[in-house]
Amino acid sequence: MSRSRAQGWLFGGSLAVAFVLQLMPLPLQLSPLKPYWIALVLIYWAIELPERVGLGFAFLLGAAGDVLTGELLGEQALRLVVLTFIVLRFRARLRFFPVWQQSVAVLGLLLNDRVVTLMVHGFSGEAMPPAAFWLAPLIGMLMWPFVFLLFDDLRTRLRASD
Amino acid sequence: MSIARTDNATLFAEGTVSTLRLIVYLATAVGLMVLDHRGSYLELLRHTGSAVVEPVYRIAAFPADVARATRAAVATQDRLASENRELREQLLLAQARLNRLDTLVAQNARLKGLLDAQKNLGLTVQFAHLIDVDPDPFRHRIVLDVGANQGVGVGQPVIDAHGVMGQIVEALPNTAVAMLITDPTHAIPVVVERTGLRTIAHGSGAIDRLELPNIPMSADVKVGDKLLTSGLGGRFPAGFPVGEIRSVKNDSSGMFNAAIARPSAALDRSGEVLLLRDQPQPYGPPAPSAEFGPPAALATSAARDKPEPTP
Repeated sequence: MSRSRAQGWLFGGSLAVAFVLQLMPLPLQLSPLKPYWIALVLIYWAIELPERVGLGFAFLLGAAGDVLTGELLGEQALRLVVLTFIVLRFRARLRFFPVWQQSVAVLGLLLNDRVVTLMVHGFSGEAMPPAAFWLAPLIGMLMWPFVFLLFDDLRTRLRASD
Repeated sequence: MSIARTDNATLFAEGTVSTLRLIVYLATAVGLMVLDHRGSYLELLRHTGSAVVEPVYRIAAFPADVARATRAAVATQDRLASENRELREQLLLAQARLNRLDTLVAQNARLKGLLDAQKNLGLTVQFAHLIDVDPDPFRHRIVLDVGANQGVGVGQPVIDAHGVMGQIVEALPNTAVAMLITDPTHAIPVVVERTGLRTIAHGSGAIDRLELPNIPMSADVKVGDKLLTSGLGGRFPAGFPVGEIRSVKNDSSGMFNAAIARPSAALDRSGEVLLLRDQPQPYGPPAPSAEFGPPAALATSAARDKPEPTP
């Protein structure tokens, strides 16, 4: 009972932290490098707890992100639904990848996410983003091992303390 | 719930997530986006949810605030002293300018009184701090710590000590979002101070660049020319510095000149900004003043005992 509650706290807390990190300001030169934290955390939970993270959850999370970051309503919902769908489809394989291979998969997911973003921006008639637009997925890839190991460690501790 | 129980049956199980659900969710998201693009319901939603949204902004800005406070706390005395000296000099200069401005304001008021000006445009401003949040690094928006409850409305110009920064595009109850003049979707009508040439400065997406496409080849625009707001369009009041021309080149078509300008305002450094409360000058020629010249009573000579209109 207490373990599942702690799990729930970790789940919710990690998403809340991801939102705050997503909004957190960086120096101007670094801001295009900001990885898509919400996606990283969502990928982790989609791989580990697929019974909690479905397409509907991704949709709601994306809608919440839209309300917070104030872009087009539904943009992040679309991006996260696409992302979650791919992760859940390939979950069985992603799970047993070594971390570096997972990182490459995350890079692919985030690049795909960028393409989806570009399409949405294109349809809503916005200008082409600068080249730095494509750097964030690389940083996301580099961040993935840390996110993965951190959460894995936290969950192992929760299990051990039980 | 979203995943079939057969998931752990085979490693390469097909259809663990149904494509139909994906299509439904994608269609919903696209529908939302189209609706929002037409009617901007997102703003409404943010307005309603501001009790939740605003604390998150403040939390997100907290580490940056702490970092700034720490930096200020550990700055060496030497640097503080030199900064102090610089600030004193600037204060002196500013005061001198202010004094001159005071006399100008007084003179202006006198002249306006003489001209029987109907209304006097004072400069009422509202002070605001930046909440250090960038909702999207590819759009130039800033979040301010005043909102609709403090009387902020959409469209108010935002300036700093050096020039025009942008305008309010969204007013939540206690915060407001301003679009900077360098946002790729922003354009501001300007006038070249030296020659009076009117043109439009577009945001470039780079924080230190404004673009002025479509300047006629024959127009006299030089590097170093200052740009002021022209007051046309009725959004920004006239006469505020916008930028300085940095380069003038032929554009790709060869039919026009295109200039690059550097914004005057410290767009990436300002921590405090001013919101103009003024209504900008109304668009078009001023309304004819009925009380100017000989009173109507004299012209018709119908009612000579009517008192003269007070200036």
